[in-house]
Amino acid sequence: MTSTLNPKFTFETFVVGAANRLAVTAGRTVAENPGSAYNPLFIYSGSGLGKTHLLMAIGHSAKQLAPQLNIEYLTLDEYVEAFHAAIAAGQGDAFRRRFQNVDALLVDDVQFLTNRKEMQAELLRLTEALQQAGHQIVLTSDRPPAEIADLDERLISRFSGGLVVDMGVPDYETRVAILRRKAEERGARFQPGVLETAAGVEFPNVRELMGALNRLVAYQAVNDTPINAEAARQVLGVAASGAPAGLSTAASPTAAVSTGDEFSQFLTDVTVTVGKAVEAWRARVAEAVLRWEGEGYRTGRLEKLLDHDSPAAVDEAIASYIHDVERLKALEAEVGALDPQAAGDKVFRDPERMAEAEAEAAKVRDGAAPPPAPSGAFPLDSYAFGSSNDVALSAARAVIDAPGKKYNPLVLVGRSGLGKTHLLNAIGLELMKKKGAVVACLSTQDFVDELIAAIDGERVDWWRARYRRATALLLDDIHLLAGKDRTQEELFNLFNQFMDGDRQLVFTAPAHPNKLEGLEERIVSRLEGGLVAEIGDPDRAVRHTALERILGQQKVTPDPALLDYLADRPTDSVRSLTGVVQRVVEAAAAQDQPVTAGLAREILEGQPAAGARRTTGLRTSGLVVSSAGGVRSREKMVWDWPSAADRVIEDLR
Amino acid sequence: MSLVNFTTREITCKIVYYGPGRSGKTTNLHYVYGRVPESRRGRMVSLATQTDRTLFFDFLPIDLGQISGFATRFQLYTVPGQVYYNATRRLVLQGADGVVYVGDSQARQLDENLESLQNLQSNLLEHGVDVRTVPLVMQYNKQDLPRELILTPAELDDALNFRGVPSFPADALHGQGVFETLKSISELVLKKLAAGSTA
Repeated sequence: MTSTLNPKFTFETFVVGAANRLAVTAGRTVAENPGSAYNPLFIYSGSGLGKTHLLMAIGHSAKQLAPQLNIEYLTLDEYVEAFHAAIAAGQGDAFRRRFQNVDALLVDDVQFLTNRKEMQAELLRLTEALQQAGHQIVLTSDRPPAEIADLDERLISRFSGGLVVDMGVPDYETRVAILRRKAEERGARFQPGVLETAAGVEFPNVRELMGALNRLVAYQAVNDTPINAEAARQVLGVAASGAPAGLSTAASPTAAVSTGDEFSQFLTDVTVTVGKAVEAWRARVAEAVLRWEGEGYRTGRLEKLLDHDSPAAVDEAIASYIHDVERLKALEAEVGALDPQAAGDKVFRDPERMAEAEAEAAKVRDGAAPPPAPSGAFPLDSYAFGSSNDVALSAARAVIDAPGKKYNPLVLVGRSGLGKTHLLNAIGLELMKKKGAVVACLSTQDFVDELIAAIDGERVDWWRARYRRATALLLDDIHLLAGKDRTQEELFNLFNQFMDGDRQLVFTAPAHPNKLEGLEERIVSRLEGGLVAEIGDPDRAVRHTALERILGQQKVTPDPALLDYLADRPTDSVRSLTGVVQRVVEAAAAQDQPVTAGLAREILEGQPAAGARRTTGLRTSGLVVSSAGGVRSREKMVWDWPSAADRVIEDLR
Repeated sequence: MSLVNFTTREITCKIVYYGPGRSGKTTNLHYVYGRVPESRRGRMVSLATQTDRTLFFDFLPIDLGQISGFATRFQLYTVPGQVYYNATRRLVLQGADGVVYVGDSQARQLDENLESLQNLQSNLLEHGVDVRTVPLVMQYNKQDLPRELILTPAELDDALNFRGVPSFPADALHGQGVFETLKSISELVLKKLAAGSTA
């Protein structure tokens, strides 16, 4: 159903003249960079001027340069037929898929879209899909998009969105060149002047020119004698003036020659005059318009110049336009490095909107997409320290003092609720204070989710660039990487880059890396390569400091007795302290009493404080699972009973 | 009307042959028509009207093809010379990029020549156009007539060409001077575009 490319129709066999040079250049560019240069490329010309030849030449050339490319050439009628056949067979989706997967789609004769609404819709969908996927589309027609009767506005704008070029009737020299080449291809030899005579006839298209050549070849073959210019004229029915017979009204040969000359002389003169006029500033502007339009920039500003009768400082205007375009290019390149997706924004193609482009670039540059920063809720000052975490804390301080130099990576290990996240963010916040620092601090889950979103949005490059920019990477709960192969792969690469650049890496994990399951060996070994600092169960000092902070947050003036009471209570995590304080504070508020040690004891131990003793049989931590909630949260359960010493102190109270 | 359209890359020149009745304007067009290859010219339209007072003119479009990347077209018009067709004349004159004044060289036609020239000036003014700003050339036709009947080009220059525009002696019937005139007006028109002002 798809036509194959005619092997004869290549760029090598295409005769280039002034009338088709632009189209051929555009065609070559497209063949060399399918999908990126002019997309879609729309070529139009009258019948028989080489549209199909050029279209196939693009196909050949693209295939030659990149043999793996999937290139489809077909005429619109074939496309329509294939579509109807597919619909009839109930294979509409397969049909769409097939065309959406081509790398370069070459469609001939799209003018036949007239009055085919459903095909227009189909082609619109296909064009959109191909363009989005960066696949090349080349279309030909015998007229420009806007002149195709009854064509959907959206198609017109799509077709016109790339490059629309026309091919004119070849001039005399091109005609001679075409005839010579074709004669050579056929192995026909002619006497001097014969082909020139044929070329002198102004055939409206190349096909008729070929017809003339055929006649000459046939005549010469039949007569077995070389044909001369005079005979050629007779064969072609050309009057001496160079117009086909019947057109010339001249009576005598001499008059005819002079009249022919008269018009061509006039034409030459006009050409010279127009040339002069066009060489003036308008030509420079028009040239600039063509050039930048070809490169995909908006040229409204230049076109406006042409509306003026005699604008001042044309060259300055062009120069400033070029300056702006260069700036846009620079911005686009810069943005492209940070966020390839954003670089595609059309503001980078419109010198009218420099300010917007600058703003967009600035947005991308400084903040639109920085990696997630550490949370401000976890300052280092409020981090409670004590013997249980002093290794981790001193390691953190070392990291803050000399990021990337001393402990890299730093892995903070400890059970949940011991303040790993707090310390991680605190390190991040401190690192952020350094000049030029870009700190990426996020949970591993977010890291994985971001990567998935990036893959989904085809923005992986952007995602990578974003993290590569960071001067420090802090990942919370690294064990969540388990089973996420792709993320581990990405992290591995990032890891190496960070290490190479002496940039700090900090991770947290619930257990020593070598005990984590589902992590690749290469990641584990790298985690172990730095410092693994454990955070133990909070000691009294930690609990005391943490309580002070928590009470402060609850707007309760910490009374020493209360603090002591609460700090002395055994607990397995700092986080559970928060729960305890909350319970006490809320209960106090409900009873409309100040928060005191006595009240706290009453609430937590569920008995009047005065002289009350716990029954030996009922051991509780003082944390009662809320009957309303009913959920046995780990934080509210006591897993490790207090040590004997702690209990003795408690008993003494 | 825009002479040069840089967006569509087209140049369209409207040239009007003006002059008194029977001075040879249509003959000029016929000669040009005969010399332009068929592929280059449109159908020559001679409108000899529905009623006797409205449309009455000749129209010859010529396609000069691509020149410097511009599709160049010339539209040649003649006006009816007879005095009572002034409305048509004014209509045809509208949007003209250049005017060829075709004068009758016969000595007895001098008054008609002058009257037509004044009529040209007033009709241009009706369109808000100063005759001094419009590209104009003079053609003194019928120079093939016997010496004693006609004025020499120099005499006609003195009588008619007070602006000192290019002038050409011509014999439109046989083609002498026709293309010289057309060439000259084309140059003036195109130069005017070069100067950056469009008519």
